[in-house]
Amino acid sequence: MNLRAIGVIYKFEMLRFWNTLFQSVASPVISTALYFVVFGSAIGSRIESIDGISYGLFIVPGLTMLSLLTQSIANASFGIFFPKFTGSIYEVLSAPVSFYEVLSGYVGAAASKSFILGIIILFTASFFVELKILHPYWMLTFLILTCIAFSLFGFIIGLWATNFEKLQVIPMLVITPLVFLGGSFYSVSMLPPFWQTVTLFNPVLYLVSGFRWSFFEVSDVSVGLSLIMILVFLGACLVTVSWMFKTGYRLKQ
Amino acid sequence: MPCPTKEFRIMNPIVSINKLCKTYASGHQALNSVSLDIYEGEILALLGPNGAGKTTLISAICGIVSPTSGSVTIGGYDNLRQFRKARELIGLVPQELTLGAFETVWNTINFSRGLFGKKKNTHYLEQLLKDLSLFDKRDSELRTLSGGMKRRVLIAKALSHEPRILFLDEPTAGVDVELRKDMWNMVARLRKSGVTIILTTHYIEEAESIADRVGVINNGELLLVEQKQSLMQNLGKKQLIIELRETIDSIPASLNHYALDLVNEGQCLAYTYDTLSKQTGITALLQAISAAGLSLRDLHVKQSSLEDIFVDLVKS
Ligand SMILES: Nc1ncnc2c1ncn2[C@@H]1O[C@H](COP(=O)(O)OP(=O)(O)OP(=O)(O)O)[C@@H](O)[C@H]1O
Ligand SMILES: [Mg+2]
Repeated sequence: MNLRAIGVIYKFEMLRFWNTLFQSVASPVISTALYFVVFGSAIGSRIESIDGISYGLFIVPGLTMLSLLTQSIANASFGIFFPKFTGSIYEVLSAPVSFYEVLSGYVGAAASKSFILGIIILFTASFFVELKILHPYWMLTFLILTCIAFSLFGFIIGLWATNFEKLQVIPMLVITPLVFLGGSFYSVSMLPPFWQTVTLFNPVLYLVSGFRWSFFEVSDVSVGLSLIMILVFLGACLVTVSWMFKTGYRLKQ
Repeated sequence: MPCPTKEFRIMNPIVSINKLCKTYASGHQALNSVSLDIYEGEILALLGPNGAGKTTLISAICGIVSPTSGSVTIGGYDNLRQFRKARELIGLVPQELTLGAFETVWNTINFSRGLFGKKKNTHYLEQLLKDLSLFDKRDSELRTLSGGMKRRVLIAKALSHEPRILFLDEPTAGVDVELRKDMWNMVARLRKSGVTIILTTHYIEEAESIADRVGVINNGELLLVEQKQSLMQNLGKKQLIIELRETIDSIPASLNHYALDLVNEGQCLAYTYDTLSKQTGITALLQAISAAGLSLRDLHVKQSSLEDIFVDLVKS
């Protein structure tokens, strides 16, 4: 194993994060704060509590997931897309590193950034609502698994994308709708039965539900199912990326 | 293929390319069964017109392009199955200025070194930057550098992990005279320290002045690889220029069966002959000239350059 190579890729990617710390942190923090002002205070005060939890508090896990998913994908996809775009990827391809080492470096860094962001968002949220976390270890488990799974997903998008538009299109057209329709800001039980069934096909539902359970012990689906689904998603991403590496997909001619 | 000189022949090849073929997804065959042995410590220049397949060949050796068939061993290791051992030995300077944008010179060469699994070595890298006149730019972001500086950064990256084999894909394209000289000095230094160097170039004088061996590629085929001297001897033609005392309008009929050209507005006769043939026919020619009543002022010999040879080869 070329641990040094994993180390320098990780360090390089994290350096990008620290150098642009303000942008990296400011936008998720500001948007979270806005959500709290609008939904938590202004509108939320008119909404009755869900499962005994005030609306402002109820949306904390969903809101965190929204930022986590978009940021994981954005960071990881850009991290691999940019060297492909400039051509500097030649160096990684000609170095004595395996694809899995490259993957660990890039995805590890993207997941770390998302994790840090997730913590910052929860910290921001604690200024607006009185945060309680019933199962902190489960909360961390869901947080970490989500960061890894979606950074991996972002990496795949970065490999797949051949231009900047494609890089934006999946997060905009797929992820944002899935997050909004996945029970991030409401309980699925509030929907008519037909839409409840439809929602069951939305993978984000399982993420948010499990994550929310670790805070309040309320969930739309069972925690075990949430955990299984996130692992299935992680596995599917791993299989996809292995296939891409094996065929040299869009990296090697 | 002719044998390399004795000092190379006794060693095993450090790079061995065996029937390498590459057909791109577009259907274009860029390499057609290229076989080539490269010996430790030599400088091999690859010449060929645009699109000949030089970059494709280097990319396939370095693992950037997957070959369609054939194999490459580097230091005895297969470049795909034993890629770690094989690639550790290689440094690559690509043709294009493919660099990141926002990292500093210092960070990017440290990145390269780490990527190849080498321990940090500040002293070595500082010296490297000094050798390449980049030391005062070490904290500059890559995007702020000029083209020539970027080229040097690419060289620094390739040398950052102390490779034993260095591939230079058109290292002097877009580089000023001064830097080009520096670069060839550096190549000479590297060679002295035992590094094997493979370079591609369009400047034939360059190949002529620094290479030990020269390979010519055209349309994905390796037309020849030879010691530079023997290439010039074997394929080079010599011309005997015969200056006459008075100008003539046409070559006298008695000299018709010699391959003579009238040059310099009738002042000179040019006689082209093959250096390899046993009889050059010079004695007979000179006698025939005086028999034709022409008197000579001077004689001199011109030998064809690598450039002439190259043009001949690629055209035919
Ligand atoms: N990615 C690619 N897809 C399809 N064809 C390609 C690709 N890369 C190169 N080729 C083709 O393969 C041939 C050889 O290209 P290559 O870059 O190896 O030439 P070269 O000898 O390096 O030329 P130059 O002197 O211009 O650098 C060219 O005809 C080129 O168009
Ligand atoms: Mg080229």
